[in-house]
Amino acid sequence: MLKFALGRLLQAIPVLLVVISMTFMLVHSAPGGPFSADKAVPAEVLAALEAQYNLDQPLWRQYVSYLGDVLKGDLGPSFKYPGRSVNELIASGLPTTAELGLYAMLVAVFIGVLAGVTASMRPNTLQDYVPMSAAMIGICMPSFLLGPLLVLIFGIHLEWLPVSGWGQIPGDKILPAITLGTGYAAYIARLSRGGMLEVLSQDYIRTARAKGLPEFVIIGKHALRGGLVPVVAFLGPAFAGLLGGSFVVETIFQIPGLGRFYVQAAFNRDYTMILGSTVFFATLIILFNLLSDMLAIWLNPKLRQQVRGDAE
Amino acid sequence: MSTEAGTPSIEKGSSLWRDAWIKLCKNHVALAGLGLLIFLCVVSLLTPWIAPYGYEQQDLLLGATPPSMQHWLGTDVFGRDMLTRIMWGGRVSLTVGFIATAVALAIGVVWGAVAGYIGGRVDMVMMRLVDILYALPFMIFIILLMVVFGRSMLLLFFAIGAVEWLTMARIVRGQVMSLRKQEFVEAAHSLGLPQWTIIRRHIIPNTLGPVIVYTTLTIPSVMLLEAFLSFLGLGIQPPQSSWGLLINYGVETMEEYPWLLIFPGIALSLTLFALNFLGDGLRDALDPRTAKD
Amino acid sequence: MALLEVNNLSVHFDTRDGVVVAVDDVSFSVDAGETLAIVGESGSGKSVTCYSLLDLLPKPPARIHGGTARFDGSDLLNCSAERMRQFRGNDIAMIFQDPMTSLNPNLTVGEQLIEPLIHHPIKTKRQTRASAKLRAVELLGEVGIVDPERRFASYPHEFSGGMRQRVMIAMALINEPRLLICDEPTTALDVTIQAQILGLIKQLQRSRDVAVIFISHDLGVVAGIADKIMVMCNGIAMESGTAEDIFYRTQSDYTRRLLDAIPQGAKKTDCRIQPDARLIQASHISTWFNDYSGHKVRTVKAVDDISLDIQRGEILGLVGESGSGKSTLGRSLLQLVPTQTGTVNFDGTDLASLSSRQLVPWRRRMQMIFQDPYASLNPRMTVYQTLAEPLLFHGIANRSNIDAQVQQLMDDVGLARAFIRKYPHEFSGGQRQRIAIGRAIATKPEFIIADEPVSALDVTIQAQILDLIIDLVERHNLTMLFISHDLSVVRSIADRVMVMYHGTIIEQGATESLWRAPQQDYTKNLLGAIPIADPKSERSRAER
Repeated sequence: MLKFALGRLLQAIPVLLVVISMTFMLVHSAPGGPFSADKAVPAEVLAALEAQYNLDQPLWRQYVSYLGDVLKGDLGPSFKYPGRSVNELIASGLPTTAELGLYAMLVAVFIGVLAGVTASMRPNTLQDYVPMSAAMIGICMPSFLLGPLLVLIFGIHLEWLPVSGWGQIPGDKILPAITLGTGYAAYIARLSRGGMLEVLSQDYIRTARAKGLPEFVIIGKHALRGGLVPVVAFLGPAFAGLLGGSFVVETIFQIPGLGRFYVQAAFNRDYTMILGSTVFFATLIILFNLLSDMLAIWLNPKLRQQVRGDAE
Repeated sequence: MSTEAGTPSIEKGSSLWRDAWIKLCKNHVALAGLGLLIFLCVVSLLTPWIAPYGYEQQDLLLGATPPSMQHWLGTDVFGRDMLTRIMWGGRVSLTVGFIATAVALAIGVVWGAVAGYIGGRVDMVMMRLVDILYALPFMIFIILLMVVFGRSMLLLFFAIGAVEWLTMARIVRGQVMSLRKQEFVEAAHSLGLPQWTIIRRHIIPNTLGPVIVYTTLTIPSVMLLEAFLSFLGLGIQPPQSSWGLLINYGVETMEEYPWLLIFPGIALSLTLFALNFLGDGLRDALDPRTAKD
Repeated sequence: MALLEVNNLSVHFDTRDGVVVAVDDVSFSVDAGETLAIVGESGSGKSVTCYSLLDLLPKPPARIHGGTARFDGSDLLNCSAERMRQFRGNDIAMIFQDPMTSLNPNLTVGEQLIEPLIHHPIKTKRQTRASAKLRAVELLGEVGIVDPERRFASYPHEFSGGMRQRVMIAMALINEPRLLICDEPTTALDVTIQAQILGLIKQLQRSRDVAVIFISHDLGVVAGIADKIMVMCNGIAMESGTAEDIFYRTQSDYTRRLLDAIPQGAKKTDCRIQPDARLIQASHISTWFNDYSGHKVRTVKAVDDISLDIQRGEILGLVGESGSGKSTLGRSLLQLVPTQTGTVNFDGTDLASLSSRQLVPWRRRMQMIFQDPYASLNPRMTVYQTLAEPLLFHGIANRSNIDAQVQQLMDDVGLARAFIRKYPHEFSGGQRQRIAIGRAIATKPEFIIADEPVSALDVTIQAQILDLIIDLVERHNLTMLFISHDLSVVRSIADRVMVMYHGTIIEQGATESLWRAPQQDYTKNLLGAIPIADPKSERSRAER
């Protein structure tokens, strides 16, 4: 398994290289330089700035030196926050975003799986329709709509929960986590219902019934494992989605996390910040895809043995 | 069993398409979705003629007013009619939804069909590439593209289309792969039919079902992506408008004028509902596994 | 009073198109140590009958409409869910048809084996996992699993089909049930494995004095093991009695038809081989596949250096067990799969050297009939479209006479002309196979490969299709390669037989002489494993 993981990590290197190169090219092919944006800057100031950020050198040199820096783990200085490096900015926003993402993921997986499995146990009854209608609402109610509505209801009208911030007032983490997690909970509910229905129609579930096993053993031991395979496979993409969703949620709730930094960087045309964050996000996403792949393989004995056999 | 006039002995068969249509007609929610969708499309097409007010028509003295007889859905802070703005916004949102999906459809179907039909090493390489692309952070790339090249509609179509084709390619490839192994395709080969005839007569009609279903389900996810970008201020650009952008404006003033958030939100959610329910209904109707009962 | 007594059982299914009566007023009983066989074709209600006893039918749509079922005096049909759970796997155990899908692929075989022990504490005091494992390993040995200690920790995919069925049997017997229900336990298995599993069930039944209900579509299979037989058709019990009653003193016409439909004995029509008129001469053909399914690419030698001749007018039988490469050999002859080496001479021309475009005129002269009548027809084309396609493509018919020609074809294969505008899903399996045969003979070919053309069909339909094939071969002067895993079918139709094993032909000869004096041990085994639809000779064979 370790060897397999290492192999996959090696495969990720060219992918990352492509990501870095594409991002670099994109940023540097932007019409107008990074400092020509808003206000007219005096020519000498501009030249000084460009020298400071190596922008006066040929493109390929910039590229090579950037690659070297990235390899060393240095994502360069920020354009818009002089004196601060991209690394510092990411480090300052990461814990908040990670915490938000974790809570949202917990909301998504727990509520999603619970609803999906409940629905699959009695298909086409009320026990199916109620959670699945809720899931449909969750899917059709994107976070940027759900968030403001929750704020409107629970924050402004009922005044139960704080409307913004992170970690300052007790309870201010509830609304952001729910806003971010709901859409994915809904998706996971549909996936796990579908997966469970598929598995519950399998012959081996009939065998388990014929053996006289109690229902909770049939569901919990025999069905869940196969039924949740689609959910496990979805965890990787879901992570990427959560990252994107954090842009919106952090903007709505004014949370000082990575997502808000990124959106601000995009508005400010803070090129090194965009470049650095993209590389960072891509690495994270590739890592999480790998993890969710490995989890899916580990859950399937046949694949597990194949991987083991190949590694030997 | 109905009989045709003149040849009373011939029994009329019922094709799978007809069976699927009958099944869809029994699914009232999906049918309602279809109806709503058609209604929205017609309204969007006719917006320039039927919108109650002009798109840019302001009434600064009026300002933001709640729904009334003159302005059914109220007005925004500039006194612009919300119904008109939502109708124009819907035009943009739906256009993005349909065109970007068409882009995804075109790339995905061709890519998946070629990989699935040729198979072997070509398939391995082509699908490996799809796997790799899957791992890329596309959302971030789209944002990057919009930032770097400015927010143009055309770019939005292609950027979103370029993301959404991956799943389509996988679905079509799986379908074609399994069809290629089916005995009726082998029978066509053993008749000596040319490749293109086999693809046209035997492969394409049998992949259409899943493609239709997935297309229906791609449109809402594309619209969602557009709304998401517009909400962040990275998608559609004023003076053009879309539902995502309207929601963005609505959020800014939701404490004082909640209807500016709620009505565009309802418009977007309802459309997504319609498309998702229709997609689910089509899936049930076209799924060969449910075809028998 | 018998161990299990079922009286006037009726099961209905509530479907969108109304109520379907799956089981209609069926009564039977089984006693300890006794074997009752329930025999019927697909849709006869034989499985539904047994599933309803253990409440394994999905409700809705299924509904017990009436009747009683008493197991050792207690009511099976009106008991609590918890009471039913105690019956299942404890008093009454079940073995299913497909051992490949009936075991959970995610759990080890051992884990699944000990579950009945762990979850039925009433009869056998609560077991520790260690004692349960001891018992399971012992039983695995008893059902013929080599090295049971080690295999206990293996996953199902590491077992072959026959071995999995042994595991299923062990799992069913682990709680010493008093009634064992076997639902077509050997249908998915090769004939030699089938003989082993039947022997095992019989032996275990004797040593434990357990009652057995054996569900099967094949009267031949049950002849050797059944004490009593009930024949079902369309939910109705047509006839019940001892095995001897059913076979030798048959009462119902339906049973008579079933017995007659079993292929038995030598070919009844004349041999039409034209000596010295060789139609096909294949030499040293090899067909290999690359298997991309695993992490590494694996080469499978499906056909490994085979040479064969086929004379004009003959029906050549090709037999072999699953995975022997017999289908691939057929497809190699028709150039439907690319061959690695070798030549296929068809009437003097080497097909292997032609491009697919050059092959087109030859394709008209050779055709194929496929196994699965549900997969071999394009579901979106009407009968008319399916049959007209080859006629128009090969220029046999034109726009003006196509209708007449298609109708002629339908007459040829015994389909009513009225069905011409219908789609495949509106036909039964036998009718679909007729359409597929019509498509194959449309181009008036000289050579036809029939790949398991009847193995997906019920036995009475199978007999009709075989008759149709024989009739068409004679009328159209066809040469045929008939591929089948069913030796009795091949014997009843083929002039000459080849036996295939692991990609090679290990024995060939004229059908009857091969049956009389097989040379290879493998062939002897194969022929010895064929079930005989005659209780007396089956029993005397078992005693030998």
